Amino acid sequence: MSCCGTNPGYEEIDQVSRLVSARLAAFLRTLRDSGFAVGLHEGQDAASLMAAGYARTPSLLRSAFKHLFSARKSDWERFDGLFDAFWLGKRARSRSLTMGSAKAANNPSLKSLSDRNAGPRAGDGAMDQIPAADGADDNRRGEGRMEGASRADNLTEVDFRKIADPAQIEEAHAAAARLAQAMRTRLTRRDLARRRGYRLDLRRTIHGNISHGGVPIDLVKRQRKAKPLRLVMLLDASGSMSMYTAVFLRFIHGVLDEFREAEAFLFHTRLAHVSGAMKEKDAARALDRLSILAQGAGGGTKIGESLQTFNRWHAARVIHSRTVVMIVSDGYETGDAALLGREMAALARRCRRIVWLNPMAGWQGYAPEAAGIKAALPHVDLYAPANTLQSLTALEPYLARI
Amino acid sequence: MKNRNDIAERLAASSYIADADLATAISLMQLLRRPLLLEGEAGVGKTEVAKALASMHATELIRLQCYEGLDQSAALYEWNYQRQLLSIQAHRGDDPDAVEDQIFSEKYLLERPLLAAIRRDTPPVLLIDEIDRADDEFEAFLLELLSDFQVSIPELGTIKATAIPHVVLTSNGTRELSDALRRRCLYHYVDYPDVDREARIIMARIDGAGASLALQIARMVEGVRKEELRKVPGVAETLDWAAALVGLDVRDLHDAPETVHETLMCLLKTQEDTSRMTREVTERLLGRVA
Repeated sequence: MSCCGTNPGYEEIDQVSRLVSARLAAFLRTLRDSGFAVGLHEGQDAASLMAAGYARTPSLLRSAFKHLFSARKSDWERFDGLFDAFWLGKRARSRSLTMGSAKAANNPSLKSLSDRNAGPRAGDGAMDQIPAADGADDNRRGEGRMEGASRADNLTEVDFRKIADPAQIEEAHAAAARLAQAMRTRLTRRDLARRRGYRLDLRRTIHGNISHGGVPIDLVKRQRKAKPLRLVMLLDASGSMSMYTAVFLRFIHGVLDEFREAEAFLFHTRLAHVSGAMKEKDAARALDRLSILAQGAGGGTKIGESLQTFNRWHAARVIHSRTVVMIVSDGYETGDAALLGREMAALARRCRRIVWLNPMAGWQGYAPEAAGIKAALPHVDLYAPANTLQSLTALEPYLARI
Repeated sequence: MKNRNDIAERLAASSYIADADLATAISLMQLLRRPLLLEGEAGVGKTEVAKALASMHATELIRLQCYEGLDQSAALYEWNYQRQLLSIQAHRGDDPDAVEDQIFSEKYLLERPLLAAIRRDTPPVLLIDEIDRADDEFEAFLLELLSDFQVSIPELGTIKATAIPHVVLTSNGTRELSDALRRRCLYHYVDYPDVDREARIIMARIDGAGASLALQIARMVEGVRKEELRKVPGVAETLDWAAALVGLDVRDLHDAPETVHETLMCLLKTQEDTSRMTREVTERLLGRVA
């Protein structure tokens, strides 16, 4: 690229362009590693752009490639940095998103989480060794749908923070994941059964009755397309929640798995959109990817500010008329409680229901006294404890009714 | 390769002031024959791009406004059932095959925007507006159309595009679009224009807006956008406001602070924002405008 200013000979240009094309492949790889969806087709187009003379000035090439390779706003904003780092050798903002798990060390809750996952992977096999309550094993045979809770019968009423045995922790995690999956299939199926037409579709009725010479015998009705319930989850990953974060992450992972109508966010001092990372099939790998998104946990909780970010940048996209926002937090706000109240009001205007799950609400003698939770409560439709699997299961009928 | 300055100039001739990036995008559209996906906040002029593109190519603009529940019969084609029925009644007793051939002919076909776009002799600009409002199913169907540019109508056969239209899609981001559609398109994020460009937009669009007034308005709007508002004013609002000021014979914002404050409602669209923009705030913002 340094030849641009001078007057190179013909062979020289040829050689340079060959070199550049060879590097193009490497650039595509860099983009793919950074999460860009770049296919073969884009690669061919890029090569043809270079052949068409776009490679003459870096700024033109950058602009052209930016349009070609970006697919969304986040790509669009990141692209210049990646391009400059690769082609022009500037070391600005060239943060690759394929992270190792080194960052997990910064985050106590996630670290312990990945430790647990990395530890007894034999957890699935070890299930039977857990001292089951009488007959629990037999009961589960005929139950089918409630399996999430019943397979871990002895665990359902135990507060998550009191589970210490690694095998039991693994069991609780698996139960949370199963419960989440069971919930989402049930919710979607109920929705389908409710369809019924309410308005006559004249055009289709005429079309459908042409065989009767146009006499409207079979009526075609119109129905509003039922939107499936969408679940948007905001999980507090701050230090004070560390005992619960792990199990809720597994719960969220279970809900998001293969399911389009769910989004997940993580917050502590700032908000991170984690749906992408959570859609990783393998739970351990998903948590690995999460570790980088959750940097900075333990420095207090700014629920208000996080909600503000959510309302401003994400709400329009992820919230529609049938959306339930589920906030999992203990409500210990270290920022401005008044801001939290304002943002909760704004959020309540937008979505159908707000469910606030507070693990501490299940503790004996706990009252919502913290300034944060006090400011938020007036806008919450359902305030429930969520410290045991049983309390999570209890949510499902509520969500199904909405 | 078309020179992007050339494209920018030709867009400017149809009173759309483009930045260099957008000009590149349009030159790529022609070179690679890919659709262009425009994203950005409401009111930044996404739809205007398509209009300017049509007038630049001196061709027709065919617009498909997406909404929830949009289906093929509203977007692609439909048979004119009423006419078909009338024809059946009128030809009762005739040869059934002849009647069938007749009622499934071009004459009874209602052309909707997508079909219209691929049947023109000169390639039109096809604007698919607010694609994020349509359903997932429609998006998948659109993807198929945009890659093959052909439509099969069971009764008539396959219709191939006579000329590949210039396709522009816009999205406000109310729904996440599928990765497949995003990959198929060139992507351009339309941001609020900078002061200089906004001033040029005002001058191009509003008759009687002088350079100094346009610059003042653009600076003022930039200040308003930085306030924490619920609805950030877009370019369309700026133009409304500029038109109002010109209509009220304001030559310099500093001469008429009262009028400036009263006409600010052109920019503010919610009660909350209006109450936040007090007289003091207006004066503070006005103070920063040179």
